[in-house]
Amino acid sequence: MFEYYLSLFLKAVFIENMALVFFLGMCTFIAISKKIETAIGLGIAVIVVQAITVPVNNLIFVYLLQDGALAWAGLPDVDLSFLGYLSYIGVIAAIVQIMEMFLDKYVPALYNALGVFLPLITVNCAILGASLFMVNRDYNFGESVVYGVGAGVGWALAIVTLAGIREKLKYSDVPAGLRGLGITFITVGLMSLGFMSFGGISL
Amino acid sequence: MSNSVKEVLFGPIFNDNPIGLQILGICSALAVTTQMSVALVMCIALTLVTAFSNLFISLIRNQIPSSIRIIVQMTIIASLVIVVDQILGAVAYDISKQLTVFVGLIITNCIVMGRAEAFAMQNPPGISFLDGLGNGLGYSVVLMAVAIIRELIGSGSLMGIEILPLVTNGGWYVPTGMMLLPPSAFFIIGLLIWALRSWKSEQIEEPEYEIGGHTALSRAM
Repeated sequence: MFEYYLSLFLKAVFIENMALVFFLGMCTFIAISKKIETAIGLGIAVIVVQAITVPVNNLIFVYLLQDGALAWAGLPDVDLSFLGYLSYIGVIAAIVQIMEMFLDKYVPALYNALGVFLPLITVNCAILGASLFMVNRDYNFGESVVYGVGAGVGWALAIVTLAGIREKLKYSDVPAGLRGLGITFITVGLMSLGFMSFGGISL
Repeated sequence: MSNSVKEVLFGPIFNDNPIGLQILGICSALAVTTQMSVALVMCIALTLVTAFSNLFISLIRNQIPSSIRIIVQMTIIASLVIVVDQILGAVAYDISKQLTVFVGLIITNCIVMGRAEAFAMQNPPGISFLDGLGNGLGYSVVLMAVAIIRELIGSGSLMGIEILPLVTNGGWYVPTGMMLLPPSAFFIIGLLIWALRSWKSEQIEEPEYEIGGHTALSRAM
């Protein structure tokens, strides 16, 4: 059992890396990877939010939205799965908001460190993407916890690595048209190529 | 057509491209571009969602309290995406299966949110609708360019029709499988941005760090 969860975790971190293999959360990934410190802060925030939202969305899907999920309320014929997107994004926005208030009150140090990144996470497609993949692949509750944490760790790993490369990269002589955004894309492409080598590993 | 309307509609295509300059909506630009037909459906879906979300948000912009505007915008966008998803599932089932989660991810596509926040909240409905349309088109141009390159080189076909006869079918073209893998999408977008900025040189970014004269090749020559 432990081995199964470990392989699911490693798969989410390396083989199905959110940022480099599925291109999710790209906007923030490119925009906020200029400094390692901010990248680490954002990475941690993403891990925490992923670890909470994916399991919560799993519960909502299984007990409220799935075809026949409302049987416990005496409504076995109701299929609310079309409300999925609206519910998931609502849950994500709500959890981010609650987390912001909670951190502000009880962990002000972390709150100050994360600063503007917390609200930004709502529109990070990696978060919504993980929930949608979870539904797509029929994960159960335990799997969704592991997958949520794994997806978050994978994304954080990718953004911190990219920030490290970009900090060095600013000292290099890049052709004018490629400066900034262009060279960042090519760097990410090379990183993605590196991560493809994990693809051959079967767990 | 007056000048400002033209600018709002066509400006985002080259001068202020959402992907090339504003760094918006890159996620889906990369993931759905291995086949032209899939990319085309994605473009149409995104353009419609952006245009209509801009229209509706602009219609109620004076009624939205600013403290909850994000959640209101999200609700409108998510509802539009649900409509698009249901229509796709009914009309083009195969393609909607290939798009998997990426239709849903239009909700968090920064182009939609970004334009709603930056344009629709301040402008009347008509012009907001056009702005949404224009930005959708700017996104589509990049998406289709990437898709054409990837499908032509990667599988020798366009829209599923064979252009370069493949070796497996008795032709001469050996497909470059690399083009169908994720990294090539990054390279192609990077090179496209390079091409766009060489043409529109005012979009070139300022260097963050000045390189000494004897190390910079461009200055040593």
